[in-house]
Amino acid sequence: MTTADIVKLEDVWVHYNGATALEDIDLSIEQNDFLGIIGPNGGGKTTLLKVILGLVAPSQGTITVLGKPPQSSRNKIGYVPQYNLFDRDFPISVWDAALMGRCGRTGLLKRYKAEDKRATRDALETVGMLEHRDRQMGKLSGGEQQRVLIARALVAEPKILLLDEPTASVDSTMQTEFYEILERLKQRMAIVLVSHDISAVSVHVDKIACLNRQLYHHGSPHIEAEVLEATYKCPVQMIAHGTVPHRVLKEH
Amino acid sequence: MLEALQSETMRYAVYAGLLASIACGIIGAYVVVNRIVFISGGISHASFGGIGLGYLAGFSPVLGAMIFTLASALGIGIITRRTRLPADTAIGVMWAVGMALGIIFIDLSPGYAPDLLVYLFGNILLVPFSDIILMIILDAVIVTTVVVLYKEFLALSFDEEFGTVAGIPVERLYLLLLCMIALTVVLLIRVVGIILVIALLTIPATIARQFTYDLRKMMLLSIAVGAVLSFGGLWLSYEFDLASGATIILLSGVALILTLGISRLRRSKTRVLHTAMSEAE
Repeated sequence: MTTADIVKLEDVWVHYNGATALEDIDLSIEQNDFLGIIGPNGGGKTTLLKVILGLVAPSQGTITVLGKPPQSSRNKIGYVPQYNLFDRDFPISVWDAALMGRCGRTGLLKRYKAEDKRATRDALETVGMLEHRDRQMGKLSGGEQQRVLIARALVAEPKILLLDEPTASVDSTMQTEFYEILERLKQRMAIVLVSHDISAVSVHVDKIACLNRQLYHHGSPHIEAEVLEATYKCPVQMIAHGTVPHRVLKEH
Repeated sequence: MLEALQSETMRYAVYAGLLASIACGIIGAYVVVNRIVFISGGISHASFGGIGLGYLAGFSPVLGAMIFTLASALGIGIITRRTRLPADTAIGVMWAVGMALGIIFIDLSPGYAPDLLVYLFGNILLVPFSDIILMIILDAVIVTTVVVLYKEFLALSFDEEFGTVAGIPVERLYLLLLCMIALTVVLLIRVVGIILVIALLTIPATIARQFTYDLRKMMLLSIAVGAVLSFGGLWLSYEFDLASGATIILLSGVALILTLGISRLRRSKTRVLHTAMSEAE
């Protein structure tokens, strides 16, 4: 293993209730990588993130994060889950939600310190949400909520940022703004973004991985049509690295 | 009512109402935002087994209730987290088995079980001094725990998975939260009885939630609402000679419907205002 590897998966298999979710995954993520993982729904994208987070243990193979087992490196991982999994009525402000990112680092039984608040202020500033600090999470738009969740991940000063379907609830004008934030962040950390939205991802990321149980491609975002077809198990229009519109078509 | 307040019984009833409101307000807020009302219902009904055991074995039924609520809280918590049994199944089983045990224990007890109805339906006018002391101790335990672990409980409630990733012991915290519910149930048994406990755990918190989105303020407001409702219910039950526990719950139910109506009106008013403003532009 080279020192530049932030995450390394070797021969990783995951089984859920007898079904195979991930099959023989080899993947390494290096410092300052901006990797997009695409693939159909149910293709194991979220499972892969959970393996990196140490929430799902592989049934076979090894995974290291910063040279250690994922559980021991969690304080270096920033995680941005899908916001639609939350209770929109939950009584929490933007500020408290972002500050929560310091929870584990501050330690059990201890109160938040000035440096925790400073980190929260900086992170909300970075994502452009500082002026909304007193608003309720549930009253924000999908894009704004997503930015607060990024801030919450950033306050722990992670070495790698994992985002699960971050653009699912974000409209297209907000998406550009969203990718600009990530563009700035990638100077500071490796970023892994999971999405089923091939078009948006392939335009912005530096590397791409196609996942449907197996890893079909890993490398530059210029993907051959055959690889996508193998991933999605159906014909796919050519992916261009640019703003050409494209979509996945059903076989007639 | 004023002259009634001179009596020791009435004074204890007021203290009991206030002390119950503190636990209800704080723990009720967690129960409502975590949507674990029925876990609380299961815990409170399971306590009947402990009350029966107290009668049978000759120790305090309240102590028996505490043992059973804590055991059922840990039981439901561990079953739902570590096995594949659905939560509502675990709750239903604990609920009914606890009640059944209580009935059998009371059957086996020699003679007649005094105060049985008090444990089932509560009677705030019959709270003895020793229970006031117990309530103070339980409130102190609950308040201290929540103050010390506030940020962890917030993370657990809002986003448990993130809490795990952030490195907090979510499972142990969850079990601790269920134990806090168990203690609150014990504290409330004398006031409203095990059957009506879930109403006091949910109604003040739900009323408070409509007026704030800050969990801390929701807790404080819910304590105030609980105190007003238990005092109001006590007064009504005294004036009209009604069962105190049931009167408190019914008053709470009416208050909830009123506040829901008010916040609905407020919302539609702001909507009308917004439409008017956008039309003016």
